[in-house]
Amino acid sequence: MPNYNWPPQGQRRLMGKRLSRLDGIEKASGYAKYASDLNPPNLLHGALLTAPHAHCRVTSIDVSEAKAMQGVTSVRVIAPAGTEIQWRGAEVAAVSATSETIALDALKKIKVQYEVLPHLVKEEDLKKAGPRAKAAGEQLTGDPDQGFKEADVVVEGYYGIPVITHCCLEPHGQVVEWKSDAVNMFPSTQNVTGIGGDLAKALELPATQVRVQMNHIGGGFGSKFVSDRWGIEAAHMSKESGGRPVKLFLDRETELTIAGVRPSCFGKVKLGAKKDGTITTWESDTWATGGHGGGGSPPIPYVFTNIPNQRKAHSAVSINAGGVRAWRAPNHQQACFMTDCALEDLAAKLNMDPLDVFAKNADLTPRPEVYRNQLRQAAELMDWKKKWHPRGQSGSGTLKRGLGVAIHTWQGGGHDSKAICRINPDGTVEVELGSQDLGTGTRTAIAIVAAETLGLPLNAIRVKIGDNQYPPSGASGGSTTIGGVSASTRKASVNSLEKLFAAVAPSLGAQADQLEAVDGRIQVKGQASKNLTWKAACNKLGATSIAEMGENERRNPGSLISAGVGGVQMAEVEVDTETGIVRMIKSVAVQDCGTVVNLKTAESQVYGGCIMSIAAALLEERVMDEQTGRVLNPDMEFYKLSGIGDIGEIVVKMNMEKEYDDRGVIGLGEPAAIGLNAAIGNAVANAIGVRVSNAPFTPDRVLAALEGRTA
Amino acid sequence: MPTTVRVECTINDETREFLCEPRQSLLECLRDVLGLTGTKEGCNDGNCGSCTVMMDGRIVPSCLVLGVESQGSEITTIEGVARGSELHPLQTAFLESAALQCGICTPGFIVAAKALLDRNPRPDEHEIRLWLANNLCRCTGYDKIIRAVQQAAATLQEAK
Repeated sequence: MPNYNWPPQGQRRLMGKRLSRLDGIEKASGYAKYASDLNPPNLLHGALLTAPHAHCRVTSIDVSEAKAMQGVTSVRVIAPAGTEIQWRGAEVAAVSATSETIALDALKKIKVQYEVLPHLVKEEDLKKAGPRAKAAGEQLTGDPDQGFKEADVVVEGYYGIPVITHCCLEPHGQVVEWKSDAVNMFPSTQNVTGIGGDLAKALELPATQVRVQMNHIGGGFGSKFVSDRWGIEAAHMSKESGGRPVKLFLDRETELTIAGVRPSCFGKVKLGAKKDGTITTWESDTWATGGHGGGGSPPIPYVFTNIPNQRKAHSAVSINAGGVRAWRAPNHQQACFMTDCALEDLAAKLNMDPLDVFAKNADLTPRPEVYRNQLRQAAELMDWKKKWHPRGQSGSGTLKRGLGVAIHTWQGGGHDSKAICRINPDGTVEVELGSQDLGTGTRTAIAIVAAETLGLPLNAIRVKIGDNQYPPSGASGGSTTIGGVSASTRKASVNSLEKLFAAVAPSLGAQADQLEAVDGRIQVKGQASKNLTWKAACNKLGATSIAEMGENERRNPGSLISAGVGGVQMAEVEVDTETGIVRMIKSVAVQDCGTVVNLKTAESQVYGGCIMSIAAALLEERVMDEQTGRVLNPDMEFYKLSGIGDIGEIVVKMNMEKEYDDRGVIGLGEPAAIGLNAAIGNAVANAIGVRVSNAPFTPDRVLAALEGRTA
Repeated sequence: MPTTVRVECTINDETREFLCEPRQSLLECLRDVLGLTGTKEGCNDGNCGSCTVMMDGRIVPSCLVLGVESQGSEITTIEGVARGSELHPLQTAFLESAALQCGICTPGFIVAAKALLDRNPRPDEHEIRLWLANNLCRCTGYDKIIRAVQQAAATLQEAK
């Protein structure tokens, strides 16, 4: 078998360097085409009618007036009479028309009558959930009763982290056309290879008849894997309109109401520890909702999995609201929040520096040395030892500063991926695979791996992704893309290079295995003067290109990639105790991701993860109205994201030391977005001397917590 | 069928004529009528800044301007920021500083940042943050956007 191993760290020309992304020019100039930018000839516009009640039954639906409107080409009933609807915003009917305004007018002509049924839309108070809370059963490890009896200190706290949305800047949707013999789909998707089969199944077509193409996607974060009801209906409307393309993208209100959420988590955590801070016992009673299907089961205790005595009870609450979708590091933000806030409270009770408590208990994690190292590095970057003070001892003024820390993990690994590396007789090189670039720099990473392998400059590689006619590559979820595509690209490139070596070896008077590709030349190892330029070597191929496949098998990844990372994030905040406003001063993120392919885009991922966590900690919350069952803030005026003035300073350090690099490539998207949320909660507690139990830490909650303390 | 109105204005230094419905926003006219899809729709209610364009010397969210209101005005969109194939220093700085990822917010940021540098060639960090406060990004991490604007400002100063 060829040697696929990465070149030794010191010998890499491109991998691990800070390289600019290949699609930067088109994105910075406005010429990058997203699915939502497509306006093909004869385009029709689709629109959805959605349910106005959180729980109801359709008693009648009349679309005749809408159908009769000039310009309307198709009206589809999604929820016929008798359908029970479980959340506001569920799809009831769809319309296609020659313009968006006609489609929207036509929706108003659809007459639907509903029988309104009782609903539950809030889960924060478990007592109100009644039978809609399903207990998962108690999980027991060791002897928690004995553990608490023997503990020097016991601390108990209540913590809550709400439902939030993905709020992708490009909403969900697609352009789709159903011609007589094939469906062409142009979606905004994280799943170029897989979404075609998903749509084909819904349309009862052979998978071979659905072609999927996508150049760019405006955010997904785990919410864009399937063809969705709106994709399926758009296809049907295209067929009913003679095969004209139909564009159907969700408006912001619908996007924030039904296109996916992160589950909540609420509950009590009780810790028992020795007086030196060593945790011996964990007890938690938690609940969560991810919508009507219940859902949300955070892996607690998080990271500190080897606490010897544990008792855990968790309930999933079904509510009448739009459902869960994977949200960047599913269940981990919640688990981290429940665990690391409890650790901070333990440290405060022991009057210890939480940094010492986290480091001491690193032995309860799967990677003690990684975390201790990262805690040390993060503390230096934060200047922790100089800045930290015991909880609440932040001076007499009204502006209180505080520090907080959290640690996290993610598996990553590499998804199944096949790539073709094509070396053409004119010297051009193409790498083809049915992957997608979520903005993370996947295109560039593929080019870096191929260029590194072939001894070529980055701009010599043409990367072809975003089409399900290329070799299959997995969906971009769970931070598995970089592992999958870097391994398949490396193998494809090595395999093609070996073929090239075999073709040119006679001309160089050497055996194929004596050749190497260096700086745009094919040369004999140890005799660099015996060489051909890359182009001259490729000319020897005559008329036939080399096109070899490389494959990453998820279950048998080999040495190029691995899984499982650690990360530490710290926050410094300033809380105004008169207004309750929390201001970010500084964040520090130290992150392991194995072998770094592109340092520039890897750092970007971590910066991005930090701002998502800052938004989640300080601003984001889907607010439900108990009376009407509506989402009260389904717009970007009241569903707040952090802005450029809200984020303070962010310092990112990627672990690239040899022991990390040796592990191979590991995904990075998810872990970067986990720890800071809890770290900010801990920093607020450190600043004001009292725990604000529920995120986001809005002024009202901060003031209430302060009043609770002084009352 | 809805009635349409004829509108004439200057977009990226070219005179453009188009028909729009009275209720269509300038954003919809740019994207759906004129094919200028570099200007993005994020929130459609003036809160995210993805649709930022220059209109008669001011930055505006084009989703909150009616197409008919652009009659007689001068508009610059992201497509008009580069000069032919030569990128504006801001565009170069954004891609070199990794100040963009998914890229939906990028056109709005660049148009807004250009308006800042046109007025204030040497903004400090606070002024940059204040000026760009109406532009939201979900995935890049604003830090690199601030660095990109600083880098572009320095490049423009050197060119003088």
